[in-house]
Amino acid sequence: MSVPFADVHPAPAAGDAEQARFDAMQLRARWRRRLMPAIGITGLIALWWAVVAGFEVRPFIAPSPWAVAQTLFAKRDVLLANLLPTAGEALGGFLIGNLAAIAVATLFVHSRRLQEIFFPVVVMFNSIPVVAKAPILVLMMGNGVEPKIAIAALVCFFPTLVNSVRGLEAVNPQAMELMRVLSASRSEIFFKLRLFCALPYLFSALRIAASMAVIGAVVGEWIGATQGIGAMIIQATYNFDSALLYAAIIMSACLSGCFFMAIVLLERAIIRWHPESA
Amino acid sequence: MDAGLSGLSGLSGLSGLDLPRDAPGTGPARAPAISCRNLQVRFFTEHRTITALQGLNVDVPTGEFLTLLGPSGCGKSTLLRVVADLVQPNHGEVRVFGALPQVARLNRDIGFVFQDPALLPWRNALQNVELPLQVAVNRVRRAKATPRELLELVGLKGNERAYPHELSGGMRQRVSIARALASDPKILLMDEPFGALDEITRERLNEELRRVWRELGITLLFVTHSIHEAAYLGQRVLMMAANPGRVHAIVPVELPPDRTPALRESREFIALTSELRRLLGAC
Repeated sequence: MSVPFADVHPAPAAGDAEQARFDAMQLRARWRRRLMPAIGITGLIALWWAVVAGFEVRPFIAPSPWAVAQTLFAKRDVLLANLLPTAGEALGGFLIGNLAAIAVATLFVHSRRLQEIFFPVVVMFNSIPVVAKAPILVLMMGNGVEPKIAIAALVCFFPTLVNSVRGLEAVNPQAMELMRVLSASRSEIFFKLRLFCALPYLFSALRIAASMAVIGAVVGEWIGATQGIGAMIIQATYNFDSALLYAAIIMSACLSGCFFMAIVLLERAIIRWHPESA
Repeated sequence: MDAGLSGLSGLSGLSGLDLPRDAPGTGPARAPAISCRNLQVRFFTEHRTITALQGLNVDVPTGEFLTLLGPSGCGKSTLLRVVADLVQPNHGEVRVFGALPQVARLNRDIGFVFQDPALLPWRNALQNVELPLQVAVNRVRRAKATPRELLELVGLKGNERAYPHELSGGMRQRVSIARALASDPKILLMDEPFGALDEITRERLNEELRRVWRELGITLLFVTHSIHEAAYLGQRVLMMAANPGRVHAIVPVELPPDRTPALRESREFIALTSELRRLLGAC
């Protein structure tokens, strides 16, 4: 039996040279995409250096990049020792906050009334700045690791909730009608349709949440903590140790970056289809 | 290019019906698959009420290929949705094999093909066809043909593992037809399934749909905006008028059961389409 629309692309021999030229262009474009950001970052560091050296900025106001690099190396043990608790809090908050958000989004999608009652409350809570929520939670939960995790969870919660609700509701209406014609149950509609539709939305929220969780943990450590990157930032500021301050900031930025990359890799592993193509 | 169903002789055993079967009204009186009495459907918006269907009466004999033709807003799609238990009528009575549409839906008597193929992009072609067999599992009735054979039936052999984004518009709609057939429906409802396709693909799919219908012996309701499609496919054309949606005319199609592309140029076909066009003008 012949297949009427089978995709057949015989490679024409005459087009080989053009194909090779096209491939070479693609390769160059790929290198450009990697090179350009590197140029940007290098340029920024060079500018920083030039400003600090040219205007003779005193070290306790802003250190030179070289001083920061030296501190990063010399104090790597202390920095890493303080990075670990922050990473743990951020990760814990990330997991708790996002799981809670997905659970609440699932409830909201299945009960319009719950959504109507509680969504405004969630929006209200979200409008309180993190730095204002942090002391309240420290008062309630003490000076341990719990308030930091709670703060990280809170800042993750909102973006993931909003995106999950949107994603779970972003179902092709005809796919929904199909499920009704098939007499699908609510849980079948959820697990076979809504969840998959929500995944791209969920991952864009998780990417935001990945860096938000680190911010939450650091802000949590600003209040009375003795260890963690946040505590280091506060101590270094009070000691006018600007090199250590910058080193701590770079450590927290790296942590956010790692979280972000982990989410991107996870997304690539899970979402292997083209959303909105059918 | 060869049509996708040319190799179907090997599959003809799956219908259990002899070919050709056509010509309405022959043989013993058949119980209507669908009957509507004084049907009314209204939709309410903020500013006005839309009467999608008003006082509609129609009987569809079992095994018939009925095409529904009419201007936009004449309630063709609404009628299909009432039969599929997706829309509740405000008044009147609908019976599908003598029972409520809900019963037919729960029995999996109904297959639906939408204008948008609505394939699940995370499932490949075969997995999309398998979907009806994985939902409401205790109600599943399997077609005699396996999902793989159904893909072959719609001319997609060899594309089982292709994802929707790798398929053309026509191929996606073929998958969606195979999916509708997977749970062995007795009635297939098609809502402008080829409306978004180019004319070449559309004409080819029309021929293949005729063959699939004759192969499987199901009742088929097919909504279209195209006069040619309505005439080429159906045994009868139910022409509807808008505001409010109602039956305008029922036109029997007196064309031979074996329809080939050449038929489109025949005198009878042209006379029929002229007649349909004249009736549409009077809608």
